[in-house]
Amino acid sequence: MNGLLYPFQQSVRRDLLLAARHKTEIVTALFFFVIVVNLLPLGIGPDPDLLRKIAPGALWIGALLATLLGLQRLFAPDHADGTLEQMALSPQSFTLLVAGKILAHWVVAGLPVVLIAPVLGLQFDLSGRSLLILTVSLLLGTPILSLIGAVGAALTLGVRGSGALLSLLILPLYIPALIFGAGAVEADLAGLGSEGHLSLLAALLVVSTFFAPWVTTVALRVALE
Amino acid sequence: MLSVSHLTCQRGERILFQDLSFELPESQWLQIAGANGAGKTSLLRILCGLAEPVAGRVTWNGKAVRENPETYHTDLLYLGHQGALKEELTPLENLALSLGMEGFAVSENTALAALHPFGLQGREHLPVRFLSAGQRRRVLLCRLLLRPASLWILDEPYTALDAHAVGFLSSLIETHLSRGGSAVLTSHQSLSLPPGLCITL
Repeated sequence: MNGLLYPFQQSVRRDLLLAARHKTEIVTALFFFVIVVNLLPLGIGPDPDLLRKIAPGALWIGALLATLLGLQRLFAPDHADGTLEQMALSPQSFTLLVAGKILAHWVVAGLPVVLIAPVLGLQFDLSGRSLLILTVSLLLGTPILSLIGAVGAALTLGVRGSGALLSLLILPLYIPALIFGAGAVEADLAGLGSEGHLSLLAALLVVSTFFAPWVTTVALRVALE
Repeated sequence: MLSVSHLTCQRGERILFQDLSFELPESQWLQIAGANGAGKTSLLRILCGLAEPVAGRVTWNGKAVRENPETYHTDLLYLGHQGALKEELTPLENLALSLGMEGFAVSENTALAALHPFGLQGREHLPVRFLSAGQRRRVLLCRLLLRPASLWILDEPYTALDAHAVGFLSSLIETHLSRGGSAVLTSHQSLSLPPGLCITL
């Protein structure tokens, strides 16, 4: 027997290995993000002042939609092939294994978005300082999107047409993260400082890290009955 | 010892079985027989603690299985009729990761040693999607060799296996019973195992 962290590591490793064998899925989500963010300036017009203003919001909404793409497949394949049953029957904590899956989802769906965001931000003529704040806000915020999203994915597991239902269920719950995340850059530009927004975002991250895996597990157990 | 008392299972409006009671002592095995749709898999899922029965209780060594999942799950090995195998991963990766998530570290050599008696030499590094149904089943059965457990609950373990693998699986179950383990299995075939208990749903 190994420590508590070993099964968690294995759960993360398994999902990352599976993602590595499905590279197209990661690339699709990332391209989706890039295209959504690029469409906005095309629709709104090339006014640099306006673009600077909408940049944080545009990138955040792009990140939100990109996360949503992979969520449906977070538990569905494991449910279909019986892996989820085996995880529930593991002598190890089911919650810990589920937390591992959520972390892997963030690494696959959230982290690439955080890494490419500064490059996309340049297109919106954001200053270096704003880019840094935007990236930090996404770094704190995208894990929240994965955590809350996992609750929704577990609740809609096995429901027909779960994709649309999942979006309806989850997008409203993303509002606080969106407000504080996108608001951080604006607050800084307005001279108010971004610390308040980022602290609230960090607090949201802590709260959802504690509660989301647990709630997800409860919902998964119901789906398995 | 696994004991079941006054179990009732309902699927929708239909009652699959009711007032089912039995006891499975150590070194004994139980065959669950019944027509398709009689509720064999539902019963196994209740025995595992995955599903909750409408009435009745399941206990393992005197403790209710749904209230003491940690101790029960340590002793339990369940193989469902769904594979729980990932098509994209190789048999080695599948075994190492699924056992890893149960807290057992399996080295590559140990996993290889389990795959070979099942006749899977040369398939260790091939993604599972290239394997036949019988070979997939064999990969799954390797868990019996790698994961220590005193209660085996096997759903249709003989499906898709050839004569050689059927013989090997039967010998595995016999060894397990002789070591004081117990087993519950569903099967439509007549089995070459020492006489055991049998219930028909």
